[in-house]
Amino acid sequence: MPKARTEDAAELERITRTLRRDIVIATSAAASGHPSTSLSMVEVVSILFFGGVLRYDPKDPHNRERDRFILSKGHGAPGLYAVLAEAGYFPADDLTTLRRLGSPLEGHPNMCRLPGVEASTGSLGQGLSVGIGHALGASIDELDYRVYVMVGDGESEQGQIWEAAMYAGNHSLDNLTLIIDRNGYQQTDSVKNIQSLDPLDKKLEAFGWAVRDIDGHSLDEVRAAFEWAQSITGSPQAIIANTVKGKGVSLLESDPAKWHGKPVPEEDKDRALEEIGA
Amino acid sequence: MSFGISRIQLEEGTSTREAFGEALAQAGSNLNVVVLDGDVNNSTFTKNFKDEYPDRFFNVGIAESNLVGVAAGLAGCGKLPVVSSFSAFLLCNAYDQIRMSVAFPNQNVKLVGTHAGISIGEDGPSQMTVEDVALACSFPGFTVIVPADGPSAAAATHAMLEREGPTFLRCGRPKVPNVYENGDAFLVGKANTVRDGDDVTIVANGIMVAMALDAAEGLSGEGISARVVDMHTVKPIDTSALEKAANETKGVVVAEEHMAYGGLGATVAMTLAERGPTRMAFVNIGDTYATSGKPDELLLQFGLTPDAIMDAARRVLKD
Ligand SMILES: Cc1ncc(C[n+]2csc(CCOP(=O)(O)OP(=O)(O)O)c2C)c(N)n1
Ligand SMILES: [Mg+2]
Repeated sequence: MPKARTEDAAELERITRTLRRDIVIATSAAASGHPSTSLSMVEVVSILFFGGVLRYDPKDPHNRERDRFILSKGHGAPGLYAVLAEAGYFPADDLTTLRRLGSPLEGHPNMCRLPGVEASTGSLGQGLSVGIGHALGASIDELDYRVYVMVGDGESEQGQIWEAAMYAGNHSLDNLTLIIDRNGYQQTDSVKNIQSLDPLDKKLEAFGWAVRDIDGHSLDEVRAAFEWAQSITGSPQAIIANTVKGKGVSLLESDPAKWHGKPVPEEDKDRALEEIGA
Repeated sequence: MSFGISRIQLEEGTSTREAFGEALAQAGSNLNVVVLDGDVNNSTFTKNFKDEYPDRFFNVGIAESNLVGVAAGLAGCGKLPVVSSFSAFLLCNAYDQIRMSVAFPNQNVKLVGTHAGISIGEDGPSQMTVEDVALACSFPGFTVIVPADGPSAAAATHAMLEREGPTFLRCGRPKVPNVYENGDAFLVGKANTVRDGDDVTIVANGIMVAMALDAAEGLSGEGISARVVDMHTVKPIDTSALEKAANETKGVVVAEEHMAYGGLGATVAMTLAERGPTRMAFVNIGDTYATSGKPDELLLQFGLTPDAIMDAARRVLKD
């Protein structure tokens, strides 16, 4: 299984700018969707797909030995589609069909319609359990693939996340890595105001996970975190990626609760793209 | 002539859950089969599989949401997961996980809900389901099977494993009388006419099939010839068997161990309504939960008896 590994920092920076641009353009074209959710995960998915972490082959998307990336926070679909297009699963031109009738780029990921989507998500809280199923599948079949699951911090309020966390910890699923996109906000308010997760690292450790806290927008820290995760044996790993919701677009960053699930308005689009610099 | 509780004979034969558990252990020779449990494998009889194939058995704990999600992931790896718990906990606790992670992505996961219906008895309504068939039928693309007895539960277990696609198999707790013999044919989606008759048709599934046969015997004493159709597959329903019954007999009685809404009765009525007016009557639990009690006391109290079926048959035949 090939890996796409880009050592060139400038090239990785270019990829992050491309993804940010694609996210803003696609959601604006659809006049709906979740750009701010997608923008906070850009560095993590860029390293996953282009920093030599995931083993995948867009021409053979169901290969049994592929690594899996499951986007549990399914409303981040525009971010997932942007990275899948960049990786070559489908032409980047299709990104602007987001949410249109007939397009496989549905509002939330649909695994039956789009190769590269590992789980249909959109009802929050479910992706980690599905990831555990894939991780167990690897041990039954004695394959060495790894499973990466990304959840939101608001999503982590779901009981199922903790059922799954307890199971993965107790069963020492060391081929499983969880990324928590800790952008601090959920739909209507900050996570702290609604249901604080603190101390998130201690909670996960208590559930049997190896935990690392990083700046989720530092390409170096993200890459180092995945290298660390791959080196851990005997326990699943959690990467708490501290991020900014709407990262790269000041309008969306300015009031995350207000801008959740809202595309950049047409009149602000040019300025947003300018800020992104792509 | 009265056919009350003495004829229900719940002690006879095996339970459908036990027959499922035995058949599942047999099916374990297929290395693709994996079994998942929510800490009830000695109640659901998936323990049989666990004892033989511990490496392909996962007790996920009392966490049904995670249980169903893990099964979906295993299906995504090409495994054939069978998830079993009490029908109540599986369908009600994990309804959204079944919807999102199994039904919508059309994953090949087999869900087996045991302790369904009110015949579980003393444990009471929190452990029973009167609404599970409705919930299972509500998932687009689901196959829903309610076997009548041990032999058909075993056959249904093998049949659902051979058939691609998400499936719900409903099993009960008590021992039930045998309607079939081991080895009788079982085809998903194809009803069995277990007794011929040309005055009235009784369409039933689960434990109500044996009661329907008792009722037909009783009705014959009154000069009424009743056909009994075992509609073990609620979805997809056997439309041609229903149309035949409606054309060849004067009316249809539907009997099920389920509430009035969303189960076999509703499905049969919807199917026959397309064809034109059919005289119908329904035997079910109504719009209520049950209580604790002995299984046969509850069946009597909630109107699931051969007598109730005979009454319903007389109603549809009255002009
Ligand atoms: C089970 C469920 N409840 C509610 C929602 C509606 N919803 C969509 S996104 C969201 C907030 C998610 O916040 P978070 O997980 O932090 O993701 P972010 O957008 O911040 O990345 C909510 C409540 C949902 N999709 N699923
Ligand atoms: Mg958030």
